[in-house]
Amino acid sequence: MLLREVEYVKPSSLADALAALAANDGARALAGGQTLINVMKARAASPDVLVDLNGLDELKGIELAADGTLSIGPMTTYAELVGSAEARARPILGEVCAQIADVQVRNRGTIGGNLCSNDPTNHLPPLMAAVGAELTIAGEDGERTVPASAFFLGVYMTAVQQGELLTRITVPAGKRDGFAAVTLGVDGTCIANAAASLDGSLRIALGCVDAVPVLVEAGSPDDVRAAVRAAKLDPPSDVHASGAYRAHLAEVLAERAARQAMR
Amino acid sequence: MEVTVTVNGTAYERDVEPRKLLIHFLRDDLDLTGSHIGCDTGNCGACSIIVDGVLVKSCMLLAVQADGSEIETVEGLADGDRLTELQQAFSDHHALQCGYCTPGMLMSATALLRANASPSDEEIKKALQGNICRCTGYWNIFEAVKSVAR
Ligand SMILES: Cc1cc2nc3c(=O)[nH]c(=O)nc-3n(C[C@H](O)[C@H](O)[C@H](O)COP(=O)(O)OP(=O)(O)OC[C@H]3O[C@@H](n4cnc5c(N)ncnc54)[C@H](O)[C@@H]3O)c2cc1C
Ligand code: FES
Ligand code: FES
Repeated sequence: MLLREVEYVKPSSLADALAALAANDGARALAGGQTLINVMKARAASPDVLVDLNGLDELKGIELAADGTLSIGPMTTYAELVGSAEARARPILGEVCAQIADVQVRNRGTIGGNLCSNDPTNHLPPLMAAVGAELTIAGEDGERTVPASAFFLGVYMTAVQQGELLTRITVPAGKRDGFAAVTLGVDGTCIANAAASLDGSLRIALGCVDAVPVLVEAGSPDDVRAAVRAAKLDPPSDVHASGAYRAHLAEVLAERAARQAMR
Repeated sequence: MEVTVTVNGTAYERDVEPRKLLIHFLRDDLDLTGSHIGCDTGNCGACSIIVDGVLVKSCMLLAVQADGSEIETVEGLADGDRLTELQQAFSDHHALQCGYCTPGMLMSATALLRANASPSDEEIKKALQGNICRCTGYWNIFEAVKSVAR
């Protein structure tokens, strides 16, 4: 497919990238391209300028602090996270990244791109909401850090505004996590998914059932299904599942994820 | 924009529009038509190539993004008429019918065997997950790859 005409820049510093994004309302960040290139083929978006983040070493890599906090650069690919010794401090992250699509997509797709595209069927928005990740957003005027609950705003919409970039994903220490999904084929697109994390009580984030991950708290796995029912989900229907079936899956998957977290 | 790449050991320099996908650059500008376009949505893997040692789908990258890189495509596998062990195994095991998916399958399996010379059955299947074949039912492809695993 021939894309619409577009300019391309590949800055070598974060400051240059932010300047390029701020200089043009039609500028868009290009991370792994595993969503954006398809969006451009479909003409669902036609940016004037692509600002390729692949030259920014500042946005790559994973650091593990002494207290177990993980600091993940948004340009880290799924494959890099899966292979990272540091990331094993929170094993669920690698476990879930290894389930996304296929080798080729995992070799290019990035943690930051997955969160910023905020497709309701993506794997990482609910996961990051459940583990209590914090997201750092930078613009030319400085940076701010928001919790996952304030990051995901709507379908394909996040707290990252035009001219800004997600620059860091901070995941607190923890090991008692779970993730469960019903997918279209092994490692395929999620029909419904749920991530759970034990942090005092169980924090569960449900994906595919609303525009943003739905957060539910429960005291124990036995209470999870009632807690999901109390959230009064009204999921969308499509060719893969009716809304009612998705709501049912959300309950089942939330309990599975919770039981994995309690193991 | 000027793009300089090495493909299968040969250096190329071309003036490329940023909107051109890497697969079109290979096929149309460099006349390397071994890599195929099946879906153009990142789903089928027929366009799989290796860029700087990393397996990617070349319909999901811009040609300008490959500037400065070393690219390997299916044309680079055989040495003249001498097939690689993997290519010969595809032939021996009838791992292709129409052959449309084969360039991508070969690149995915090549990337696997380079990283892991003795993959398990599970690892072979997982490595080929991004490649769709509409003819063979996959079994012979799996057998071919397994036959060259150590
Ligand atoms: C065949 C196929 C199957 C897939 N299956 C799944 C699946 O099952 N589950 C799943 O979760 N995903 C799936 N994906 C999507 C894939 O995971 C994408 O990689 C991901 O959604 C986007 O990441 P990216 O790095 O490719 O981002 P891009 O496509 O480059 O960017 C996506 C969006 O995020 C913005 N962006 C990227 N990085 C930043 C940043 N640091 N700051 C601000 N904005 C930014 C871009 O401007 C763009 O709007 C699939 C993709 C393909 C092609
Ligand atoms: S043509 Fe690239 S994945 Fe199908
Ligand atoms: S041999 Fe025909 S698609 Fe695979």
